[in-house]
Amino acid sequence: MQLFKLSIVRHISWPKEDKNWIILLARIILFSYYLFATSTFGGSHLLTPQFSPVTPNVKLTFPHDLGAHPDFRIEWWYVTGWLETPDKKPLGFQITFFRVATAINQANPSRFAPKQLIIAHAALSDPSIGKLLQDQKSAREGFGLAHSKEGNTDIKLNDWQMVRDNSGHYQTVIKAHDFTFRLSLISSEPPMLQGDNGFSRKGPQPEQASYYYSEPHLKVTGTIIHHGKPITVVGTAWLDHEWSTEYLDPNAEGWDWVGVNLDNGSSLVAFRIRGKNDNEVWTYAALRDASGYIKQFKPDQIQFEPKRTWRSPRTDVTYPVSMRIQTGSTEWLVTPLQDDQELDSRQSVGAVYWEGAVTVTCDGKPAGRGYLEMTGYMKPLRL
Amino acid sequence: MKSGTLSHWLLLSEWKTHLKQAAVTIIAITLGVALGFAIQLINKTAFNEFSAAAKSLSGQSDMQVLGTQATFSELIYPVLAQHNDVELASPVLELDVTVPGIVDKRKKATLKILGLDIFRAAIISPDLIGIPAQNRQFDTLADDAIFLSPAAMKWLSVKQGDFLQLHVGTQTVKLRIAGGLVRTRAGQRIGVMDIGAAQWRFQLIGKLSRVHLKLKQGVNHKTFKMMLTNDLGKQYHVIEDVDQDTRVANMSRAYRVNLNMLALVALFTGAFLVFSTQALSVVRRRNQFALLRALGLTRMQLLGQILLEGILFGIIGSLLGLVLGYVIAVTVLGIWGGDLGGGFFPSVQPRVHFDIFMATIFFILGLSVTLLGSAAPAWEAANAHPALAFKSGNEEAALMKLANPWPALACLVLGGLLTQLPPIINLPVFGYLAVMLLLIGGIALMPRFSVLIFSAISFVVTRHTSYTVLTLALSRLANTPSQAAVALGGILVSFSLVVAMTIMVTSFRVSVDDWLRHILPADLYVRTAASADVRGLTPDEVKLLSATSGISRADFFRSSKLMLDPTRPSVTLIARPIDMTDPSNTLAMTDDVIMPFLLPKDVIPIWVSEAMVDLYGYTLGKRVKLPIGTSPTSYVVAGVWRDYSRQFGAIQMRLIDYRTLTNDQKVNDVALWLQPGVETAQVITSLKNLPFGNALQFSKPSQIRALSLNIFDRSFVITYLLEAIAIIIGLMGVAASFSAQTLARVKEFGMLRHIGVTRRQILSILTVEGSLLTGLGIILGFTLGWCISLILVFIVNPQSFHWTMQLSLPWKGLLAVAMVLLISATLTALISGRHAVLGKAIHAVGKDW
Repeated sequence: MQLFKLSIVRHISWPKEDKNWIILLARIILFSYYLFATSTFGGSHLLTPQFSPVTPNVKLTFPHDLGAHPDFRIEWWYVTGWLETPDKKPLGFQITFFRVATAINQANPSRFAPKQLIIAHAALSDPSIGKLLQDQKSAREGFGLAHSKEGNTDIKLNDWQMVRDNSGHYQTVIKAHDFTFRLSLISSEPPMLQGDNGFSRKGPQPEQASYYYSEPHLKVTGTIIHHGKPITVVGTAWLDHEWSTEYLDPNAEGWDWVGVNLDNGSSLVAFRIRGKNDNEVWTYAALRDASGYIKQFKPDQIQFEPKRTWRSPRTDVTYPVSMRIQTGSTEWLVTPLQDDQELDSRQSVGAVYWEGAVTVTCDGKPAGRGYLEMTGYMKPLRL
Repeated sequence: MKSGTLSHWLLLSEWKTHLKQAAVTIIAITLGVALGFAIQLINKTAFNEFSAAAKSLSGQSDMQVLGTQATFSELIYPVLAQHNDVELASPVLELDVTVPGIVDKRKKATLKILGLDIFRAAIISPDLIGIPAQNRQFDTLADDAIFLSPAAMKWLSVKQGDFLQLHVGTQTVKLRIAGGLVRTRAGQRIGVMDIGAAQWRFQLIGKLSRVHLKLKQGVNHKTFKMMLTNDLGKQYHVIEDVDQDTRVANMSRAYRVNLNMLALVALFTGAFLVFSTQALSVVRRRNQFALLRALGLTRMQLLGQILLEGILFGIIGSLLGLVLGYVIAVTVLGIWGGDLGGGFFPSVQPRVHFDIFMATIFFILGLSVTLLGSAAPAWEAANAHPALAFKSGNEEAALMKLANPWPALACLVLGGLLTQLPPIINLPVFGYLAVMLLLIGGIALMPRFSVLIFSAISFVVTRHTSYTVLTLALSRLANTPSQAAVALGGILVSFSLVVAMTIMVTSFRVSVDDWLRHILPADLYVRTAASADVRGLTPDEVKLLSATSGISRADFFRSSKLMLDPTRPSVTLIARPIDMTDPSNTLAMTDDVIMPFLLPKDVIPIWVSEAMVDLYGYTLGKRVKLPIGTSPTSYVVAGVWRDYSRQFGAIQMRLIDYRTLTNDQKVNDVALWLQPGVETAQVITSLKNLPFGNALQFSKPSQIRALSLNIFDRSFVITYLLEAIAIIIGLMGVAASFSAQTLARVKEFGMLRHIGVTRRQILSILTVEGSLLTGLGIILGFTLGWCISLILVFIVNPQSFHWTMQLSLPWKGLLAVAMVLLISATLTALISGRHAVLGKAIHAVGKDW
């Protein structure tokens, strides 16, 4: 699972000296919560459609479920991974596409009616730069300029796209402001269904859930253009695909998530949703071995413990960038590729969080590489 | 004595003794500069603001794609968005929508509404993004929400959360005011909503007004523009910001330039005043200068000394003028906004910035005008022979040198010739030059005229009467023509300007009035709530309307906008029934018309306004192509009609032709003729009872006329103000020259007193002189003004506004102004001369040494 605060009002560049930005930011954060936490939006209520609820015991079918599910309110395809340049330097990368159903304009016959929005986000983590390079886009579906199709993964947002062919190859092109990705991802194993056969709970209420599968150990080949130069890269990635209508518990404040491609062919995923009173609203962890056997851990078998913190010089937010995660009797130590993998997007997205490449050791020995995501560490603003 | 000290001392002593005249000169310059600077500042600020507001709508785009008609199919948008050279394409649907219940003093109350795709507009025009309420972020995409600029909210007296009712054709749209806009310009009245919602709510599904383009880095704009223009074809225009600037500038340029010219005229009048006071002051000080020369002051030093006086007047007057002008501009903009009455800058609330460049120009203008005014007298004084100048009574000889008639005649002839030249960049530059030359020539000829006329009168009068006062006054005027001319300068200039402007405005008003009568033949006019090209009655509604009882005839009109040239404002296309037996029954034709039976059969006739001929070269009989409908069709210009309301051009065609071409069956306006004996009110009541009756607006021809003439009068208020100021400066000229003259004539009066003329009689002489001079000034001013009015009516107006008019002379008004001027100038002369005769006679004669 990967969660991410997003906003439709990207790119609004209010002036830096404008004191009102705090208010705007607060609004946008609120909006982001709205997007995840509730199912009622503004707009015309007369024609608010009923989104499909997420219910247990629904069998996921492939390739159909690789495509979009427009009847659900929100959906994302989230690719994270490690790349290696010809001179053996490691890079982290992240590509995310969101689909959001707006619940408004249902009766509007205009081709511009914003019934579905497509939002995308990409980041490149290069330790030689010392921080993340990132870019985002958003659009309404339509005119062949932006879409997320049903039946198989086929998402387009202007000149950003990700398409999966029938043989299981993903092709993705991201032309970001500071870099370009042209990557090909090949899955070598069947999707890893999270939770109860893909029904993944996020909170104490049964409807606080999503359909969730992962594709770990994706083989990555391709080119990235960085500093104006094309670089051939190879690597390993992790794809999460989730769709839901009601997601978070209202008491949730943030979450920590990690997904790791282990060197022995196993795949580890673990997350916890943190409550507002330092409590844990929900925890989950699963380990699939190379043979395909999945072991899921009970909440009391899972522990997240910060080992080292890093304070962002830009936002003064402190993140536990190194974490000890215990699943059953196994202890994992998560160490970042670089400390500063903070996405400070207050001028655009309006959210500050940490999303970065990490190495994982098990009992002191190198075990694998993956991505760690930490949200909700920036304290709520008081106005 | 050092020359600097001498110069200082001479200046101070002169100013101390003749403070009033110095003050008058400075005030004249101050007023002239202030007026010119203020008008320039106001116009420039208003224009800049208007232009910036227009520009803010296009944001940071590199280019725009527009249709020749107001809207075009949205299918072009994805093509543009995916063009290889295009970084981002932002579609826009722009509408001017009628707001019911809002009455604007000037014109129809419409709100500009932009339908935007927030995801794209946020990059190109981030200032136009709506700020929703805290918990309603999706309002920016909602299909029932609108975001209003602060000025729009104030204008409509609404706030966030209120509902706004708008008329679209015969239907009403209710929108929720979801919030304000991030940043709009002060006074800018706009609303923003989602483009999908705008298409739906305003019944323009599938339509766009324009697409803003941001090009990729390194793309050559010129090449791209050329190629895209080529690819898109004649139905589209690809324009850059520059073109848009030009279009906005073209909208108001003629108005602004003409106003500035008028303001300069005030400054010009000031120059004559400087001339007259300086000339007389030089004459008065002839003895003084002769003494200085005899004491060793060189010719150049003397010239420099007199010019220095002028320069100081110029500097002080101009500086004061700049300050006053700035204060006037700030006050006017603060109280009335940027619109000076022309209606070009509605709802603009600009802030004045002290424009250093313009200030410098006006400072230089003020200074040079002063220098120009004092140059001739200074030159004469410097060149006078000291020995001769010592002698008393040769003042006239001194000024006579200025009275060479040939340069004046040359000015008049040249002025006449210039009237024959065409405009430069659509501005009547030569027309204004001709006006100036006529004024200069007319004034320069004054001495000759006054000699001729006053000698003649004097000759006749002395034969028939022996009335001392009259004979003395006449002989004085006949024998000192130059001094008379100097006094007359101001009167002549100001009165001729008043005459010219009054004749022009009257001619214009009478023509507009006649025209309104001609174009409003019906008994009642009905229109649907206006909103660009979307408004309209459907064929079913038309049928219902026509069937209303009491109506004998109904003419339906369809009007829309056509953009033929992206650097000019759109022209208006009006489709209506046109009487083919004689089109001048329908249209206010000029003489340029082809009778319908002579028209070729293979083309569609169109009738164009005079502006079309000037701006687009649509001359009578010309075959043209117009972007109407889908298939290219040939049209022939079958006639030229007079149009005083659409300065940027209008085309009329038959409704039946328009419908065949476009398949657009809607109409916007209806002209109704009633059956005999039917009351208008009765018909209005039954029309209001139609299902769509609430959306109809009714006007009687008398109301339209009254409104139009009211707008007309408002737009000329500023010119009346300028005339008044010109007259004040003219009167100041009379005051200055008479007080200077009478001072110079102290010894003459002393002598007269000695030989038995009473003080009262001297005052009478002054009165008679004053009234005779003013009378002559008025007669000549009228002649000159009439000539100038011909230039204004037949050259300046057609060249700047592209309409012709008939000449009408407002005798009564002019006579009244003449009488007021005569009385006030005579009184001024009397008052200024009064203190010259207060002294003792013996003392006065003593001056003659």
